[in-house]
Amino acid sequence: MFDDLRDLYQEVIFDHNRNPRNFRIMENADRQVEGFNPLCGDRLTLFLKMDGNVIADASFQGSGCAISTASVSLMTEIVKGKTEQEAEELFKIFHEMTTGKDEEINLEAVGKLAVLAGVREYPARVKCATLAWHTLDAALKNEQKPVSTE
Amino acid sequence: MTNFPVEKIRADFPILAEKIRNKPLVYLDNAATCQKPQPVIDSIVHLYSHDYANVHRGVHTLSVRSTDKFEGARTKVKNFINAASEKEIIFVKGTTEAINLVAQTYGKANIKAGDEILITAMEHHSNIVPWQILCQQTGALLKVAPINLQGELIFDEFEKLISDKTRLVSVVHMSNALGTINPVKKIIAAARAKGVPVLLDGAQAIPHMPVDVQDLDCDFYAFSGHKLYAPSGIGVLYGKQALLEAMPPYQGGGDMIRKVTFEETEYNVLPYKFEAGTPNIADVVGLGAALDYLNEIGMENIAAYESELLAYATEKAMQIKGLRIIGEARQKGAILGFVLDKIHPHDIGTMLDSLGIAVRAGHHCAMPVMDFFKVPATARASFAMYNTKEECDLLMNGIESLIEVFG
Ligand SMILES: Cc1ncc(COP(=O)(O)O)c(C=O)c1O
Repeated sequence: MFDDLRDLYQEVIFDHNRNPRNFRIMENADRQVEGFNPLCGDRLTLFLKMDGNVIADASFQGSGCAISTASVSLMTEIVKGKTEQEAEELFKIFHEMTTGKDEEINLEAVGKLAVLAGVREYPARVKCATLAWHTLDAALKNEQKPVSTE
Repeated sequence: MTNFPVEKIRADFPILAEKIRNKPLVYLDNAATCQKPQPVIDSIVHLYSHDYANVHRGVHTLSVRSTDKFEGARTKVKNFINAASEKEIIFVKGTTEAINLVAQTYGKANIKAGDEILITAMEHHSNIVPWQILCQQTGALLKVAPINLQGELIFDEFEKLISDKTRLVSVVHMSNALGTINPVKKIIAAARAKGVPVLLDGAQAIPHMPVDVQDLDCDFYAFSGHKLYAPSGIGVLYGKQALLEAMPPYQGGGDMIRKVTFEETEYNVLPYKFEAGTPNIADVVGLGAALDYLNEIGMENIAAYESELLAYATEKAMQIKGLRIIGEARQKGAILGFVLDKIHPHDIGTMLDSLGIAVRAGHHCAMPVMDFFKVPATARASFAMYNTKEECDLLMNGIESLIEVFG
């Protein structure tokens, strides 16, 4: 019935929505930043544990749509063990993938995140996918104030 | 259903024949804005093709024709809401501008530090923020009457909040997020007993029921054309003549003056005092055409048909497991707000869209209402006179299928 939506709602997304990974409060996190999408009410808190400039652990809390939940869930998995620079580089690649118009997607660079490439066809949903990454960006820059997509 | 001519009406709305993602459009976002019938579209094309010039300015034939059409529409509005005079009908951009106008003219002239403005917990942002701005400017206080879990105003609490300091009551006639129809006559009587004027935000009420401002005895009534089958960019502020006469002007410019020298300006008479600059001529004419169209069908008939439609949709919705209706007032207009267990409204919106069904997902410009019901957002199906039972069925089937997909 929802054939048109296969690119947007892939099985991996449903899976992460049903069972979000790293969905927990992190006691003694080094970084804690809130992300908010006022338009849809998506709200998340991202926690990071740093080891020097390496992200030793990442977790989150909050509620949002399937796209935003899957995006933050996948992100916490993928950034673990990455350096700040590597994570920032991923953010850039992810941003290009979700907002780019005709550039080819570098599948190797995005890895698992490719399941979210479908949002580029749904401008109303791009912010759902990018909220997690904007929040991560703020956490890496050690900004304290909440991130808003508006 | 009763013999409401819904198929005939549908045929008048060209956009209803659109295909969305290869499926027939099911348009259920009427509370955001509704679609336009051919006579409204034609009226604008006709004006620009035959009768257009600036109004109130020229002696030439076209200016006279344009002015006649423009002022003719004002008379239609006056009749539609049964105002006492055309002087009480002020054309604005929409409900938002109407409320801001009252806040910045009546409000600034009559409301001082320590005074109170009373609203309800179910207001649209456009009946909250203009008062907050006025409060910041004057030092007045905004009071908010609470609602219950059905989404109804708690009238006793409301009444208690009308104090010696209350200078204005501003409430929504029908809520866009909940569908609640407020007991406005009781509200007005209670405020009147304490000498407090009442503004009604009629943005949602006006397309769904007959409105008679004299019978209501409200002091101000605000509504938008675009939710009433008329073009966007046009709306109406109704105000009682005596109040409007005493109010300072809103904006300065052409049309709102009678005589200007560098030393002083004499303002024009009502309603022109509040209509500075060249107005939205074409959309006013379009509004007039929409009212003609609605009069032909009859607002009573529309109200009756839509309440059958809402009852049908509500009954079906209640059978869906995991669906919770947000807004269960006993007096309710044709709006069905809901949330689904574990499925975010945005996902509902995108999924239904892929079936050609347009609903709104979000906070509906009523964030305090979302907070009250402890939901980040809701999905909302809002009905118009051109919607059908079959469309309700398509919506419900869509919801059931998406619940299945989400598992
Ligand atoms: C209850 C209510 N009040 C005010 C408004 C604002 O109307 P407009 O945006 O046309 O000015 C709306 C529109 O969404 C509404 O539903």
